[in-house]
Amino acid sequence: MIAETAQAEPTGPSRSDIDQTLRAILRDVLGLDQDQVDSFTGDTGLFGHLPELDSMAVAGLLTEMEDRLDIVIEDDDVDGEMLENFGGLLAFAEAKVIEG
Amino acid sequence: MYSVWSCPLPDGGVGEEMVLGFDEAREKRILIIPPLFEEANRLRHQIVETMRKLHSRGVDCFLPDLPGWNESLADFDNQSLAHWRVGIAAAVETFSTTAILAVRSGCWLVPEDSRGWLYAPPKPQQILRNMLRARILSAREAGREEITEELRKTGRERGITLAGWPLGPELFAELETEDSAAPPGYSVVDQTDVGGTPLWLRAENDFDLAQATALASIVATSGPGA
Repeated sequence: MIAETAQAEPTGPSRSDIDQTLRAILRDVLGLDQDQVDSFTGDTGLFGHLPELDSMAVAGLLTEMEDRLDIVIEDDDVDGEMLENFGGLLAFAEAKVIEG
Repeated sequence: MYSVWSCPLPDGGVGEEMVLGFDEAREKRILIIPPLFEEANRLRHQIVETMRKLHSRGVDCFLPDLPGWNESLADFDNQSLAHWRVGIAAAVETFSTTAILAVRSGCWLVPEDSRGWLYAPPKPQQILRNMLRARILSAREAGREEITEELRKTGRERGITLAGWPLGPELFAELETEDSAAPPGYSVVDQTDVGGTPLWLRAENDFDLAQATALASIVATSGPGA
């Protein structure tokens, strides 16, 4: 019985899928190489740290997250904390996927 | 290269608009419909690179401005998808094009009686949602709180400027309600067919010659709607 842990819901993406999808979106939005986004840690700064990540780019990032993760992001969900760094964005995306 | 063409205007008149063309009276003549709004700027360079590749493969191609686009002097807030469709139909006649390559939101404007390729068509609602979101985020940065539903109501009633684009009420309503079903006669080209990563997502404009080559190759070697 103890083997049955850390299984993702059969209908939704697993944690590592969400992580990989988010890195792919950031790669596309920021025009980075895969190696560069693979090196992102939870502390890697996003909004406010990367000048190219303006409001239009963040809007595109959120819309792409909705599309690729099949989630809905409300206006109220978006705050400085979730966009502050990669860890914040990943935690937000995981919560949304579970909620959805 | 650059010349001028006569484009029908919403008020029934005719306006002079710019067109970029590679015209050597060759058999295959492609009308390019670029994306609207922000993506028009983001993908302009890439589209021109794709046209150069088409030209070098023996294909004529034309990228006309429509009222409100690119170098056009016409007011953007008077425009609508319906008016632009009239303009595209006129461009097909003017340049005697044999097929259409529509890019992203340009796919919403293709004539049903023509043929061609639709590259990565988005839903109108998705593009509108993105623009609303950009406005809300930029207002928030400036310390103002705006609400999607109120912005939508304003847009429907009297038009609204989103992400720098003054959308008239007619265009706003079209973006809220139209679907983006591909008419028969058109093949959808996905990003995976072109390779690389989607350039319309880039925060900074960029271009990719490998993608331009791949897209031009699809258009130059396959039949439209195949």
